[in-house]
Amino acid sequence: MAKTNKKTQELDIVTIRFAGDSGDGMQLTGNQFSDNTALFGNDLTTLPDFPAEIRAPAGSLAGVSSFQMQFSSNDIHTPGDLLDVLVAMNPAAFKVHLPDLKENGMLIVNTANYSAKNLKLAGYEENPLEDKEIVDKYRLIKVDMSDLVLKSLEDMDLDAKSKARCTNMFALGLLYWLYERDMQTTIKFLEKKFKNKLNIVEANKRALKAGFNFGDTIEAIRTTYKISKAEFKKGTYRNIMGNPALSMGLLAASQKSSTDLFFGGYPITPASDILHFLSNYKNLGVKTFQAEDEIAGICSVLGASFAGSLGITASSGPGIALKGEAMGLAVITELPIVIINIQRGGPSTGLPTKTEQADLMQAMYGRNGEAPIVVLAPQSPGDCFYMGFEACRIALEYMIPVMLLSDGYLANGSEPWEVPDIKKLPNIKTNKIDTCSDKFMPYERDDNTLARPWAVPGVKGLEHRIGGLETEDISGNVSYDPNNHEKMIHLRNKKIDAILGIVPDIVPFGDESGDTLVIGWGSTYGAIRTAVERAREEGKSVSHIQLRYINPLPKNLGDLLLKYKRVIVPELNLGQLNFILRSKYLIDSIALNKVQGKPITVGEIYNKIIEE
Amino acid sequence: MSNQSDIPALTKKDFVSGQEVKWCPGCGDYAILAQVQKVFPSLGIKKEDFLVVSGIGCSSRFPYYMNTYGFHTIHGRAPAVASGAKLANPDLSVWMVTGDGDAMSIGGNHFIHILRRNMDIKILMFNNKIYGLTKGQYSPTSELGKVTKSTPMGSLDYPFNPSSLALGAGATFVARTMDRETKHLAETISLANEHKGATFLDIYQNCNIFNDGAHSNYTDRELKNDTQLKLKHNEPMVFGVGGSKILKLEGSNFKVLELEKGYSLDDAVIHDYNDKNLAFLLSEITMNENLPTPFGIIYKEDKPTYDDMMKKQMDLAKDKGGSVDLQKIVSGSNTWEVS
Repeated sequence: MAKTNKKTQELDIVTIRFAGDSGDGMQLTGNQFSDNTALFGNDLTTLPDFPAEIRAPAGSLAGVSSFQMQFSSNDIHTPGDLLDVLVAMNPAAFKVHLPDLKENGMLIVNTANYSAKNLKLAGYEENPLEDKEIVDKYRLIKVDMSDLVLKSLEDMDLDAKSKARCTNMFALGLLYWLYERDMQTTIKFLEKKFKNKLNIVEANKRALKAGFNFGDTIEAIRTTYKISKAEFKKGTYRNIMGNPALSMGLLAASQKSSTDLFFGGYPITPASDILHFLSNYKNLGVKTFQAEDEIAGICSVLGASFAGSLGITASSGPGIALKGEAMGLAVITELPIVIINIQRGGPSTGLPTKTEQADLMQAMYGRNGEAPIVVLAPQSPGDCFYMGFEACRIALEYMIPVMLLSDGYLANGSEPWEVPDIKKLPNIKTNKIDTCSDKFMPYERDDNTLARPWAVPGVKGLEHRIGGLETEDISGNVSYDPNNHEKMIHLRNKKIDAILGIVPDIVPFGDESGDTLVIGWGSTYGAIRTAVERAREEGKSVSHIQLRYINPLPKNLGDLLLKYKRVIVPELNLGQLNFILRSKYLIDSIALNKVQGKPITVGEIYNKIIEE
Repeated sequence: MSNQSDIPALTKKDFVSGQEVKWCPGCGDYAILAQVQKVFPSLGIKKEDFLVVSGIGCSSRFPYYMNTYGFHTIHGRAPAVASGAKLANPDLSVWMVTGDGDAMSIGGNHFIHILRRNMDIKILMFNNKIYGLTKGQYSPTSELGKVTKSTPMGSLDYPFNPSSLALGAGATFVARTMDRETKHLAETISLANEHKGATFLDIYQNCNIFNDGAHSNYTDRELKNDTQLKLKHNEPMVFGVGGSKILKLEGSNFKVLELEKGYSLDDAVIHDYNDKNLAFLLSEITMNENLPTPFGIIYKEDKPTYDDMMKKQMDLAKDKGGSVDLQKIVSGSNTWEVS
């Protein structure tokens, strides 16, 4: 069909959101659109958001699942604040997400689902699609997607339920048309995913094309949009989510240290994907152990670490709480393990599928006794790879437990990522020994790293005992001597300081001094950076630091903080990093906090920056 | 594990660490330590291939006194630590030392799961029916009504029967022995070593400070012949002074018969430790005051261990997947070039 009446408009940046019932396939739709967008060459950032229930009651507000993404011809760091396009598959999705749609934004709805029953479930007395205010305020595109899909599958021998399941592909097809995309990535995906169910492939393909052709046909949408490719530096790219990136970083560390990876864990949202991912790589010598509980997960890792493996466990807040005692054992036995916390909303079970940064204090201090561990925090999905690798490197080189603080947003969010060259990653030198000249001393330390030797069961002549009782320096024997205890407490703290040798100095984005510094950690990176860029474009004196090393903090941080008149600390908690900075550096920093289970927005940070 | 011929001759002394043993004088743990140190050199395993893992409690100080690799972990978690070590290096001979509080109370979950998985780990549970290190509270194996510091009017918990719990959890080797019977103890430890799989030894041990005489029924000269049933595979179940009594099975109940009343050994049940039904029946008479308590191997079964099955999966994955290039994994299937 010729596009006679249609015109193309060039845009720099767009934010869209697919929203529907948790059974509507919105996550799959969103992932397909983002993979397609990445391959097309835009920069992008995604924000999946779904309920904790697998199938919350259909049509309910609690059951709404959404997938947001921002894509652009420029370098972007966030999934966007307000929406240009909202696809609302049912009234509940409409109600939950409409407040985020820009005025005059495009609102695409599947009218089939706006039944009296669904309207009532969403709390509407009247159909909002008939509301004049809404019709005037937004560009409303009403489509009976369900009916159109059923019609296009009329001659297919499939049950009605299977046909209805293809409706998300119609919405995807329509969006592909709207942004002038090629649909091949999704067609290939369908052919692979349902390779043994050819009629399902066919039905989904037809629905996808029906959506695309519908866009072409109707008069309501006269404009399609084009977002030019973003300028990336030369290289090979892919789209990546945080949890797979993190898992691959662990694999890389295993290879670069020639140490077999042992993962012990217990299923928990949003960390389980790491267990799933790693369990596929037995051919790389990766052993995964789904333990009976969180405690057994980390304890198996300690046993494996003692026996010479790179021991890793992953969990989320409630599971990390259970692992506390075993982390203390790792501290006192100085075994190299990595504990990954994919943070979610707390306390207790909290908001299992939502993001939060409220486990920083738990990571720093959540153990009995003086039990310091290293704390690292990746700042983007792709950075999870590098910080996963770094966590293993520090654990192995310093014989120390390392906590990696990711979160739900990083875990499930995605971005284009330059594929790292594995060859260029540094080798990791472990502290393994297979002989010793004299009587073996399990707590004799390396002068620089303060690491103790890693003598692994099976090595002749190095038989020794370790345990949770206080340990005598050098000999490793049990000791109740008061002075030895104090000495060991200090030594375990000095091990953290020793790591400063490899923690890079901070180079602020912006200026080395000025009016305002915004300092964050972890997943707030994108929003802070974008807000700071915007303010700087307007001539504001504002700079940005994102901490990836939290324990120890970089050497030059204290001096840097004093060079700004005002320090703002945005966090998805009630001010935990701010508390640390204030107590350690005695600065009057300002907290900017949000704890709604969702990322902080660019606008929220920008408004704080420009506040006088 | 290596060939016997590579192994230097070891003696008990090789397994004695330099650490001062700090159990109370007269504690049953000394006897168990001595027997383990005596048996280990005879097992044909290199000293460096032994790993002894423990939890928390008096018994769990055990690894410090063994001159092997050892890990004194945290309360109840030894099964998980031991499992991780075994999976990381399946060539190790992993021994776990625990107590009735450590294994059956705080570590109950790990205890049942290590057995269920049939992890090839030898579990020695020192069962003194009391919390010793915390100075005398009733334990999950203490009898109902036990008066202790925490239960001045008597405990309200029914006790676990460890052998039934182990059988129910899927243990493939369940045996009972005692600190006082050093020969039987040594033999049972040797037999445990020969078994491949999750091996559970319920070792009756006397805490002479907080629960002295908890097992006196089985140690008292006057009583022990009538209270102990020493099980031998494929042999009739005989006990009593001079083997004067036998056990007969009537329906699902054991009955004591006296030979002098005209019964013969032919009337006795023949012990078959591969018979799980019989094992459950035997295990249950542990708690029966009118019947003797079984000692020796109650049950034994050969089935694949978790560690072996994991190794097989690893080998299969390596055969099938070959040495996949990590670079390919990191690149994934959808990349694009920017030039």
